Amino acid sequence: MSYGILFDTTKCIGCEGCMYACREQNGLPENDQYKLSAQNYTVVKSVQDTYYRQMCMHCEDPACVSVCPVGALEKTEEGPVVYDAQKCIGCRYCMVSCPFSVPKYEWASPNPAISKCVMCYERIQEGEIPACADICPTGATQFGKRDELLAEAHRRIEENPDLYYPHVYGETEAGGTSVLFLSSIPFTELGFPEGEEYQKAFPTYTWKAQKEIPNVVVFGGVFLYGLWWIVNRRIEIDNGTMSGTGKREENE
Amino acid sequence: MSAKNLAQKYIGKLTFWKTVFFLVILVGLYAAVLRYSQGLGTATNLNDNFPWGLWIGFDVLCGVGLASGGFTLAAVVYIFNIKQFKPIIRPAILTAFLGYLLVIVGLLFDLGKPWNIWHPVVMWNPHSVMFEVAWCVMLYTAVLALEFSPVVFEKFRLEKPLKIIKRITIPLVILGVILSTLHQSSLGSLFLIAPQNLHPLWYSPLLPVYFFISAVMVGFAMVIFEANLSSRAFNTPLEKPLLMELARAAAFIMMLYLVLRVIDFGRRDVWAYLVQPTYETLMFWLEIGGGVILPMIVLSIPKFRRNRTALFWSVAMVVVGFVMNRMNVTITGFQRTAGEFYYPSFYEVAVTLMLVALGFAAFRFVAKYFPIFEETQPLPAAARKQVKVTVKPKAAFLESQ
Repeated sequence: MSYGILFDTTKCIGCEGCMYACREQNGLPENDQYKLSAQNYTVVKSVQDTYYRQMCMHCEDPACVSVCPVGALEKTEEGPVVYDAQKCIGCRYCMVSCPFSVPKYEWASPNPAISKCVMCYERIQEGEIPACADICPTGATQFGKRDELLAEAHRRIEENPDLYYPHVYGETEAGGTSVLFLSSIPFTELGFPEGEEYQKAFPTYTWKAQKEIPNVVVFGGVFLYGLWWIVNRRIEIDNGTMSGTGKREENE
Repeated sequence: MSAKNLAQKYIGKLTFWKTVFFLVILVGLYAAVLRYSQGLGTATNLNDNFPWGLWIGFDVLCGVGLASGGFTLAAVVYIFNIKQFKPIIRPAILTAFLGYLLVIVGLLFDLGKPWNIWHPVVMWNPHSVMFEVAWCVMLYTAVLALEFSPVVFEKFRLEKPLKIIKRITIPLVILGVILSTLHQSSLGSLFLIAPQNLHPLWYSPLLPVYFFISAVMVGFAMVIFEANLSSRAFNTPLEKPLLMELARAAAFIMMLYLVLRVIDFGRRDVWAYLVQPTYETLMFWLEIGGGVILPMIVLSIPKFRRNRTALFWSVAMVVVGFVMNRMNVTITGFQRTAGEFYYPSFYEVAVTLMLVALGFAAFRFVAKYFPIFEETQPLPAAARKQVKVTVKPKAAFLESQ
């Protein structure tokens, strides 16, 4: 049972209710900056007359979760990627790794935390829906089970092929995300990242190298010890110090 | 009397460099107060577009890389059993040990919540490269402390621990080499997850391999570099034949590194970036041309290798090239996608300078009081006095570099 959010640009009227509700929910200060920051977990932006939202995509296999050295970020069973400031050491690797540049930082604080949308995880646990979906007057932001939302998205494209750009953003991007987007114009025009790199889950890029670690340890250990043994033995033989008891020359 | 004259001769210089040292420390401490009271936003030029800067790029990545002489030379002396390199291993291990300690201090500045630095010990995420690096750095710092401990035991004539530590030298060195291989390469793996952000001139699936090879390469270069400085500063003889041998090895590794990068450029088909009139391309050529190709050619020619000045300046270029590489990967390579130009703030530079100064001071202190240039039998009192005096110009010389 994994939840998600479906956002549909054709339904969004740019009222910014979601921004309001999000600030309210997360106790964030009023501000007029239209970019993700420690004060904004979501923003409404527009390209020509198309409104769209920026927020955490809640990847199915999130880069941020995979890179966090202390497990401060976690992909919950319910779908949201949540954050535990108590665990966080403040290395900001999640910010470097996020394919959507979502995690932001409390730069002004001497005890800073990462800030990002957590899909109102507390509300979900209490059986409510996220604040942004709750307040949305047009249903542009819709909360539900991810597979149902995905089916719904494809149904909308099929029923209205003229209205929609024929792609559900987030179905496959970065290995799939819990937040899905429908748009009337191509996603590149909205500035959504696309490209070869986005065709698979980002942790796989690192895993290719990481999975070799046990091999390096085992083969490295055997190789180095063997090398030392052979070299040392040859020196012993050359020096005629081989004593037959297998006792080796002191190494210091 | 002559000792007194010598002391007087150097007192002028000494005071000057001591003043510089204390100024650097003072400014660094001021930056530290600012960083811890006001947060990273005030003290640094870092922001949401540029979460990593000088402290990660230099203090951590270069700190760890430049300290790699410790494990490479340990492998040469103890695993390959090439004993003639023994005279230069102690300074190399000391440099590595101090380097790692400074990396940890540097992290205490860079981490947003430095009081949680111990968390990776109990909060595990084996999927994280950073988690692995944290463990390796912890363990390897401990290994380095043990590898260096004979010097301390000798100084205080602690025969028993000395015996024990000598018995476990080989397993310790093997452990050190494995841990180093892991985290030197993993520092490159850190960036594997950002194919979309890191410039194609630097992003490659082979980043961990590059980081490892370049670390070995700069490890040799640093050993040669330091031996030059030390021999002047401490009036010890320069082990030139050894250094030339190391230089030859370094040149060979550079060639390997270069070949690998060329093949990789072909496979990723990113030749076009090499000739673009961009800032990144310029930085790349400075890094590769000045830091690898040129010194590789110079060091490949025996005539130049034998020349102390040529040797010194080529390895200095290797070191600078290495620093450029790490800075390019951390900073230059991210500028395009960050959409802005990051340069370190005054306070970032101040803290970094303070760490470097502390490193020099600590090395000088240990070199002065501990037997790192010779395995001894403490010197007779008179000779020791002389060492103390000749040590003094070191700071002057080192810091002028």
